[in-house]
Amino acid sequence: MIFGAGVDVGSTQTKAVIVDGARRIVARALIATGANVTRAGENAFVQACEEAGLPREAVGYVVGTGYGRYKVTFGDTQITEITCHARGAQSLFPRTRTVIDMGGQDTKAIKVGPDGSVLDFSMNDKCAAGTGRFLSAAADVTGVGLDEIGPLSLQAKSPVRLTSVCTVFVESDIMSYLAQRKTVEDILGGVHKAIATRTMSLVRRVGVEDEVTFTGGVSRNVGMVRTLEVVLGRPINVSDEGHYMGALGAALFALERAQAAASADPVAVAGRH
Amino acid sequence: MASGAKVQERQYQGRVHEGSRQLMSAWMAELGRAEAEGRPTGAIMISGNCVELLRACHVLPMFPEVTALQNAIRHKSLPLILKAEQAGYSSDNCAYVKADIGLFLDGGMGPGKPIPFPTITVCNYVGCNVYVKWFEHLADISGSKLFMLDVPFARTPEPTEQDVRYVVSQLEELIALCESVTSHRFDIDELREILGYAARAEDGYARCKHLCKSRPAPFDAYFDAINMMGPINVLRGTREAAEFFDEAVPEFEGLVAQGLGPLTEERFRTVVEGPPPYPYYRNFRNLFTRWGAVSVASTYSTVGGIWEWGFRHDPRRPLESIAEQMLRENLTNRSIVARYGQIKRYVEEWEADALVIHSIKSCRLFSAGQGDMREYFTRELGVPTLLVESDLEDPRYYAEAQLRNRIDAFFESLEHKKLVAAAH
Repeated sequence: MIFGAGVDVGSTQTKAVIVDGARRIVARALIATGANVTRAGENAFVQACEEAGLPREAVGYVVGTGYGRYKVTFGDTQITEITCHARGAQSLFPRTRTVIDMGGQDTKAIKVGPDGSVLDFSMNDKCAAGTGRFLSAAADVTGVGLDEIGPLSLQAKSPVRLTSVCTVFVESDIMSYLAQRKTVEDILGGVHKAIATRTMSLVRRVGVEDEVTFTGGVSRNVGMVRTLEVVLGRPINVSDEGHYMGALGAALFALERAQAAASADPVAVAGRH
Repeated sequence: MASGAKVQERQYQGRVHEGSRQLMSAWMAELGRAEAEGRPTGAIMISGNCVELLRACHVLPMFPEVTALQNAIRHKSLPLILKAEQAGYSSDNCAYVKADIGLFLDGGMGPGKPIPFPTITVCNYVGCNVYVKWFEHLADISGSKLFMLDVPFARTPEPTEQDVRYVVSQLEELIALCESVTSHRFDIDELREILGYAARAEDGYARCKHLCKSRPAPFDAYFDAINMMGPINVLRGTREAAEFFDEAVPEFEGLVAQGLGPLTEERFRTVVEGPPPYPYYRNFRNLFTRWGAVSVASTYSTVGGIWEWGFRHDPRRPLESIAEQMLRENLTNRSIVARYGQIKRYVEEWEADALVIHSIKSCRLFSAGQGDMREYFTRELGVPTLLVESDLEDPRYYAEAQLRNRIDAFFESLEHKKLVAAAH
């Protein structure tokens, strides 16, 4: 059996996924990235191998992705997470034509072809407002756990308006609302709405086309999912693998290359993205 | 990830780069001696400049933009920018301006300094209101005579007769000003001779650029063109600049004949819009080199004049042709739609795979509308277009990880398209 692995080294978390020859996920790993990026990639990969019950040599090809992809020194190649998220999303939702990926410090809108290739993309620049970091800041100030802010936000009756575009300054905005005795639900509703609105401007640059798939760590936030659906005016696909989508896409690329090498097909080895 | 062997820069063995460096060093040395020699100097903008007229008036041209970019390339711009910001210049302000004012505040410009104060400050309006204020400040700091040279925006495909007369009349006023500060009587025949040299340089530069239609292109029309921008923008009108291009053309023709380009392999051909991030010039270039991406045309290399389509200064119509160049062959004086047309021609005639837009954070003129440009080229023309942003002078806006991510993702996508196209 041939296996492929993807290691997604992000700014806050590192994910690893191993897929088998039938493209089934056989293992996942998720750890904090920490200061040593190379070690994080290695540890995530080792953990995934252990979960799969595989020696690392059994993995035929490893693709590193994420900002730290060049630090995945044991990897065979590096592919950007833009390309990997597109591929991963399309593998789980074959009719995906738009991907919204929201991570710790990045939000991306990706226009996807029928084969999962990237046709166009747009990302936030210079600022982490509208990303997972924005949500983390809000959770910190309101004293609510990250896993709770989504459900709470859906209970908002009158979401507040957040005027700040800065992830750091939004903390002052929220404290001001708390002092005005606004409910945590309304504040969190406003936070989610602000993020969704900023995301829409990114998505519009590449154009919204059905089906839309939401990926990245923030895709686990049910409040963000619902708010995006309202702003987009359409349902969006979400998977339990959303957090691992980049690593999954990387693993699928890795699998293809491993299979190509095994069949000694030079064109395939050159890489279909 | 780029497929195949690793792409590297080919070891350069020509004369063009060294020739340009020598010429520009000589010019800087002239500037350094100007005060001691009692030689009048004139500060002027690059875009749509009348450098030939200044030379004919025996005024040594100074280009504050060039001084700024040289400081940026040498990683000296940030302290100057900070000095200007401490003096009150906004963090949003054009970084070229801050680097220049900062140079004065830092003691690098002025009496007895490497960069002298200008004797006259010629503000040739390049459509940027920030630049107008810049030169007003420069004149105030230096005590130089400020001359506002108003160049109306190109509103019609060809400049109107009134526009040409309007600019010519101002050139005549400028001549009178120069005569007053140099005590040298203007000689139209001297201007004609200078324009003859200018036309020869323009012709050579245009021929070099057209050689980039070859596969591979003999030089990178963005990163390498910068080496030719000194002679064509600053030294235009001198015999040395004309001879520089007389040598450059056969050098590049030789490379074309040998099938050699700036990289070991030319995998992608791009058109680039926007100035480079000078503080990280080499780093930025490397982000494209690893993909085998060569720029075959660029708009920035035309910022001092558009010579590709045949316009030349005409010694038989000296002031009129200078005016026409300032009005029409001036990148920043043309509309965004005209720029679209220029880029479209580059993409088609130079057979480029993609457009890369490097947007400048601190620039309102040149970078305005680049978001729309990206949409137009992507959606209307189907030209793959990458938009990235940093700054031409301020190193604080350069985020390598973000840039690398976008550039890598873009070329991954292009590579896939090529593979699919090849498979069919």
